[in-house]
Amino acid sequence: MATVRVQREDFDAGAEAAALAHGRRDVGAVVSFVGYCRDEGGRLAVLELEHYPGMAEAEMARAAREAEARWPLIGVTAIHRFGKIAPGEQIVCVAVAAAHRGEAFAAAEMLMDFLKTRAPFWKRAIRADGVIEGWAEARGADDSAAARWGAAG
Amino acid sequence: MKAVYFAWVRERVGKAEEELEPPSTVTTVGDLIAWLAGRGEGYAHAFEKPSTIRAALDKVHARHEAPLAGAIEVAFFPPMTGG
Repeated sequence: MATVRVQREDFDAGAEAAALAHGRRDVGAVVSFVGYCRDEGGRLAVLELEHYPGMAEAEMARAAREAEARWPLIGVTAIHRFGKIAPGEQIVCVAVAAAHRGEAFAAAEMLMDFLKTRAPFWKRAIRADGVIEGWAEARGADDSAAARWGAAG
Repeated sequence: MKAVYFAWVRERVGKAEEELEPPSTVTTVGDLIAWLAGRGEGYAHAFEKPSTIRAALDKVHARHEAPLAGAIEVAFFPPMTGG
């Protein structure tokens, strides 16, 4: 049921969210989240996102299956980009459709928490002054956010 | 067995992938990390702190104590920072 895509190109987050409800009469709520590249106060020129092809899609699909097992969802879409992404551009999108808003909000949040800690993507920053920074460090706060959903998987 | 490396593990090792033929005494992911660390300077740097290395067997996350058990592809990478 879930749609998972890993791609270099940008995506239309609004269209992805709308597609989940299109032509249906049972959807009562669609929640979508879009993560953007920010410029870190003007210091960041571009982000470089590396991924593990095959495993990235598999982990995103697994997170979607876990959300579907936990809540009665009608549709799930997760999209993550790789390659060079400039400030202001979209990086990631999750959209969830359900009969009621509670499960749609919760599932979207769980999907993002799982995606950040389990999907094999790594980012590093190329600064506005041309210096390539080291690879981003994983944040303990992301692990804590994922852990509150339990040790599923 | 095919090994694939990502992010700073790839950069330190100096290659994205390679074929490995570890000795039969290497039976777990952790054994393989220790064996790789002894293969030269780049490997030693990449695997100097095993606790910072994440692994996957055939594209599924694997703990260091996991048996290699005939896996076709092993991957080593730092903790994920996507999203």
